[in-house]
Amino acid sequence: MIELKSVTRRFGNITAVDHIDLTIETGEVCVLVGSSGCGKSTTLRMINRLLPHSSGDIRVDGEDINDMDAQKLRLNMGYVIQGTGLFPHWTVARNIGMVPDLLKWPREKIDARVHELLTLLDLDPQTYSNQYPHQLSGGQAQRVGVARALAADPNILLMDEPFGALDAITRENLQLEMLRIQRQVRKTTVFVTHDIDEALRLATRIAVMDQGRIIQHDTPENILRRPASDFVENLVGKQDRGLKLMGLRPVRDLMTPHELPRPAEPGADGLNEEDSLRLALSVMLWQDLPQVAVFNTNGEETGVLSREILMQGGA
Amino acid sequence: MRVWLSPIVLITALIGLCLAMPLLEPVFQWVQPDKQSVIYQRESFLFLLQNHVMLVLISATIGTLTAVAGGIFVTRKAGRDFLPLVSQIASIGQTFPPVAVLALAVPVVGFGEGPTLVALVLYGLLPILRNTLVGLNGINPAVREAAQGMGMSPLQVLVRVELPLAGRIILAGIRTSVTINIATAAIGSTIGARTLGDPVIAGLVNGNTAYVLQGAILIGLLALATDSLFEAFERTWDQRFSPQAAGA
Repeated sequence: MIELKSVTRRFGNITAVDHIDLTIETGEVCVLVGSSGCGKSTTLRMINRLLPHSSGDIRVDGEDINDMDAQKLRLNMGYVIQGTGLFPHWTVARNIGMVPDLLKWPREKIDARVHELLTLLDLDPQTYSNQYPHQLSGGQAQRVGVARALAADPNILLMDEPFGALDAITRENLQLEMLRIQRQVRKTTVFVTHDIDEALRLATRIAVMDQGRIIQHDTPENILRRPASDFVENLVGKQDRGLKLMGLRPVRDLMTPHELPRPAEPGADGLNEEDSLRLALSVMLWQDLPQVAVFNTNGEETGVLSREILMQGGA
Repeated sequence: MRVWLSPIVLITALIGLCLAMPLLEPVFQWVQPDKQSVIYQRESFLFLLQNHVMLVLISATIGTLTAVAGGIFVTRKAGRDFLPLVSQIASIGQTFPPVAVLALAVPVVGFGEGPTLVALVLYGLLPILRNTLVGLNGINPAVREAAQGMGMSPLQVLVRVELPLAGRIILAGIRTSVTINIATAAIGSTIGARTLGDPVIAGLVNGNTAYVLQGAILIGLLALATDSLFEAFERTWDQRFSPQAAGA
């Protein structure tokens, strides 16, 4: 758990972060969202003490971070940044093994961990272990960045616009990957972005920041349904809200389930239980279907979703 | 191993020439027919070479340690205020002509190797210092931030990340510095340091072109050998630390 109490950061006369209070529960993904210069990155960098805070209290699992050794604090926090910050003179494997190496793990344990993480991040260990960062694509490099942050199994993950410099397709892939990994490892995560869609997709709770203050701290659904101010309303897109809300909910929520899963007919087209209602609507509109079949991950048809129900309960 | 071939050949040629110079007497007789003695004999060439190399080696070691330490210091938080001052001192060292530094050093340190060493150290500082600063400042800030943010101590960041990444550029600075100093050390002969400049000075004073040639050829060969030694060094460094430059 990370607690910020009345935390302020000044640069000369400018107050970058202005008395913010924020509690991030263990295992949740808190996304700090706002335009550039709103203080979101500053807030993140105060949590691992890359920047000292001017006043207020920051506690990690109840302990004041100023009473802890800065290196020890950081070794227990994975850190992923936009430019990846991979060490160009080290191989992928050595990059990922950096924190375990600092913690003086035995060689075999580090090797095994690197192998495990490359597999988790969907990079073939055989191919990538001995490559250098400049041989990787942007998306692969950022996967390695995430792997490096997870290497010593830290309790906390800090991510500063990690996918900001990637193209839209790669970014979406990595976001989905993040959700998958997060379901497996459940790290307390603080994620900074200026992209509200990224925030809505990844967050357990979103903290909207503007001019050094937190305007609203709530679940994605509440941010969409009950924006605290005009600023938040504009940020999430006033008119676009219906679709964004549909984007948050999986098809499973509204489908009419069959009593027993049925084997799919060959070539049958449909949705996955995990797909969003927004995608379901899009499919229905495009193919002009009154209802669409829903499949589980094994490919069995588990239910149907009708247009009527979707319209009534979607947003 | 191949990269070491050309420095080995050049060094062998240099030492061989030092030993075999008397054998070339007929050639120099032809260059300078009007003189009795055409081979410089006041000191053996090997001794002069050894002394020359020692002077450059000692000054390069002192210069490198000082410049790299200075460069590291002024790029740390504590020393950042000194950055303009330090680069200024180093450039002043370079604007002085080497002869002037020698002349100024004589009243303080006396004649001989001492003042030459002072001049060489001062003279060799700037290229190394400048390259240290360029190398350290040229590191992608994200790399440094990641290193620090993931829990490396300042010393670990320096030793494991900054120096390996800046090392190639620092090495190039040392190469420039040493090459300049091989030439500058020869001028040390004017104030009594025993170097390969001795035959050159003696030849100029006595109007003996053969002496001048012998000194000049050996100094040139020494410069070439040293340069190829650095070339081999840099290649090896690339393979070890700079996969990008080596094209791995």
